[in-house]
Amino acid sequence: MSALTYLLLATAVMAAATFTTRAIPFLLLRRHGGHPLVLHLGRYLPPAVMTLLVMYSLKDVSVQNAPYGLPHWLAIAVTATLHLWRGNALLSIAAGTGLFMWLQQSGVLAG
Amino acid sequence: MQTSHSFSAAFRATWPVLFGYVPLGLAFGVLFVQLGYPWYYATLMAATVYAGAAQFMAVGLLAAGAGLLEIGLATLLLNARHIFYGLSLAPRFPTAGLSRLYLMFGLTDETYALLTSSNPPAPEAAPRFYLQITALNQFYWIAGCTLGALLGAAITLDTRGLEFTLTALFVVLLVEQARAVRDPRPFLVALASGAVALFTVGSEHMLLVALGLATLLLFLNRRDYA
Repeated sequence: MSALTYLLLATAVMAAATFTTRAIPFLLLRRHGGHPLVLHLGRYLPPAVMTLLVMYSLKDVSVQNAPYGLPHWLAIAVTATLHLWRGNALLSIAAGTGLFMWLQQSGVLAG
Repeated sequence: MQTSHSFSAAFRATWPVLFGYVPLGLAFGVLFVQLGYPWYYATLMAATVYAGAAQFMAVGLLAAGAGLLEIGLATLLLNARHIFYGLSLAPRFPTAGLSRLYLMFGLTDETYALLTSSNPPAPEAAPRFYLQITALNQFYWIAGCTLGALLGAAITLDTRGLEFTLTALFVVLLVEQARAVRDPRPFLVALASGAVALFTVGSEHMLLVALGLATLLLFLNRRDYA
């Protein structure tokens, strides 16, 4: 198998595997879209998923070594506070990310 | 008229993903061309696989010459978390057609987060709005991967920390969920599930295990919710 064939086959396998994981629930729920259980999950799963996506995006932050995840906590606090206060997603995300990039690149919190 | 109105609403909803996907895609493209393949295969992968974490994992597996079965199983395991996304989106999707297939195909973490949080400009415009969000997000990802592969090591712009855009996006959407769902239980269930998963399986498969656990808990307690 040539290197190119290998890459193309691997890409096809990955595409099929990824699509499978995304399509399975739609195939399973084909006839049960309005079922109370599906509506229940539709309402309460998103808040749970959003909580977990925040946790997941912080999974590699070390709280044991300097800077103890401080840039992350500060930037999250700024993002959340701004969003609770002004409710403007653009402002909250830009300010939080700007602060985080400055903290990372300037190294002010590096231990 | 309605299309352009809906498109600008979709663009406003997705721009944080633009700033998150482009630097991540750049990083993928730079790594990918180090395998020795032409740049357009990075574009092909972004267009057909469209899964960030799996693509990064694939660079390592391809470099090691891993078997196709191993690559397939690793991708299935890494992306198994997506199964839980469809569970809560099924009622919102069109019931048939190519657009349904594309919405299923493009259901990344970030697209799920936006589809469950943003309101379409009008109820009847919802299917088009969802399609536009999904397609814009994939366009950002393809553009990032392609640029990274084309420019390779020539990139010197200091984008360290720009990936925080996606964390900030999830924080903003979490705040909006907290406003919309005036019930602390799903958030507490998720926190507990996440902590349990982190301590049992570690960070790599934390999301899959935690999503399974949280879904199970929400399912078991369904009668306690109004």
